[in-house]
Amino acid sequence: MDQHSPTGPVPEPLAVFPRADGSRVPYKVFSDAEIYALEQERIYRGPTWNFLGLEAEIPKPGDYKSTFIGDTPVVMTRAEDGTLAAWVNRCAHRGAVVCRLPRGNALSHSCVYHQWSFGTKGNLQGVPFRRGQKDATGMPKDFDPKQHNLRQLRVESYRGLVFATFSDTVEALEDYIGPQMRPYVDRVFHKPVTYLGCTRQYSDSNWKLYIENVKDPYHASLLHLFHTTFNIFRVGMRARCLPDSKGGMHSVIFVMKNEEENAADYKSQGIRSYDEGFRLEDDSILALEKEYEEVATNQIQPIFPQLVIQQIHNTLVCRQLLPKGPDHFELVFHFFGYEDDTPEMRKLRIKQANLVGPAGFISMEDTEATELVQRGTHRDSDKASVIEMSRDAPERQDTLISEQLIRHFWMGYRKMMGFGVAAE
Amino acid sequence: MIRLELMALQDRYVAAIDNDRIEEWPGFFVEDCLYEIVSRENEEAGLPAPVIHCDSARMLRDRVLALRHANIYEKPAYRHMVSGMEWRQEADGSYSGSSSYVVVNTSVEGESSIYQAGRYLDQVVRTEGGLRFRQKRCIYDTLRVQTLLAFPI
Repeated sequence: MDQHSPTGPVPEPLAVFPRADGSRVPYKVFSDAEIYALEQERIYRGPTWNFLGLEAEIPKPGDYKSTFIGDTPVVMTRAEDGTLAAWVNRCAHRGAVVCRLPRGNALSHSCVYHQWSFGTKGNLQGVPFRRGQKDATGMPKDFDPKQHNLRQLRVESYRGLVFATFSDTVEALEDYIGPQMRPYVDRVFHKPVTYLGCTRQYSDSNWKLYIENVKDPYHASLLHLFHTTFNIFRVGMRARCLPDSKGGMHSVIFVMKNEEENAADYKSQGIRSYDEGFRLEDDSILALEKEYEEVATNQIQPIFPQLVIQQIHNTLVCRQLLPKGPDHFELVFHFFGYEDDTPEMRKLRIKQANLVGPAGFISMEDTEATELVQRGTHRDSDKASVIEMSRDAPERQDTLISEQLIRHFWMGYRKMMGFGVAAE
Repeated sequence: MIRLELMALQDRYVAAIDNDRIEEWPGFFVEDCLYEIVSRENEEAGLPAPVIHCDSARMLRDRVLALRHANIYEKPAYRHMVSGMEWRQEADGSYSGSSSYVVVNTSVEGESSIYQAGRYLDQVVRTEGGLRFRQKRCIYDTLRVQTLLAFPI
């Protein structure tokens, strides 16, 4: 028997999923550096549109914002002609970061190292001493500035949300968001918005644990006890939990108020969530002013991979999810209102900002939970998560007691990453 | 003397938070008050988005209630260092002040790290019960909030 195969050993796959249906996820995907590097190629530089920010953040020609696609620094700008542009923030000369400020207004971006300068769309505009000086000869005759622009990205905006992609082949943004998800994006972005600032949260856990979290209606009333302590949110509320039909990577959790719901379900099961007797002194934090045809307390809508649109009561946020290595991510909460907000409505939005973000009454536990998973899974990389809730009822999209959306995500992820399924 | 009184108020405020007596925290404010934690980037851009924004002492008491009975978090162990106080008296007799702060947090495992650096912007008024904050704004430089923010700054 030939011990030495002429083609060499077959490389071990980076990860193998125990099941095809997304109900088992190998812990390895949460901490492995090679998988993380492959995600940057296959996902963030692959056929995806990545949320960069709101058009309202860069209203004027020359306005710019530094941000990321995955962990690659990029800058989004508004050009002189009012169009949007984005480019990789790395000088075409020697690779230095060009734009060093988080935000600003500039019609030209100059690298400090040798002062190569670039226009708002990333075109090379100037190279000092290009034609030499005195006895210095300058750049060679065949140096063509047009060949040395910054890496320019495809940019599109949908209803004021700015996305960019490295891909030349991914479909138009509107089709990428898709027909199931668009009505919910349209709902929140049905009129012009005003940017109200951002807050940032840094977590010592893998970015996909946060994706799981925003596709997980099951945890809401069990982890976030603010809801139940003050009698706000029940698993029995009417809900819609929809994946998009293409890849299942985007989704929406839409929760509608149900007045008949009572605490009996919780008490009978002895779940710690229910505590009687606590009342807020100022419950205007939980007001719900009608702003949309269909009233919902929560709309949580991840548009894979970098955006989560959130309407919680009257607080409106675009969360940007940025991976920072296998075991860290940053969340940037972009708060916004509508241009025609009354002063009272604007005040309510700021007050309800207390519900969300790093100190949010109904969100602060999320990063606590993802970090607990990170710490719990860093060893035993071949063991797997168990994601079974409502697996027997794939047609049910009207219950919060479900992990369906998470399974859809993992099936899509496995495909994008080219990971196989263990033989039964 | 005023400076000493203002520093004593600040010291008692910090001691209550650092020693897990957050029930006392709302009592450092008048009823009609503003307490907020806002990033320096928003403050400098004139944008309002807060991490915490309480426009009355009722909201402060609500936060204490939620922290004690509803929210789940690893209990912080803060140590505040406050320095560089500047103050002046306003036309209405109140005092405006600003100070730098650093909050070191220690995890349950015993690891200490700088959790937040920033500055307090205070308005202080004299009441029958002594000096109270009418306004306390925490403008933080540490833009990325590590994991979560539960206890007040």
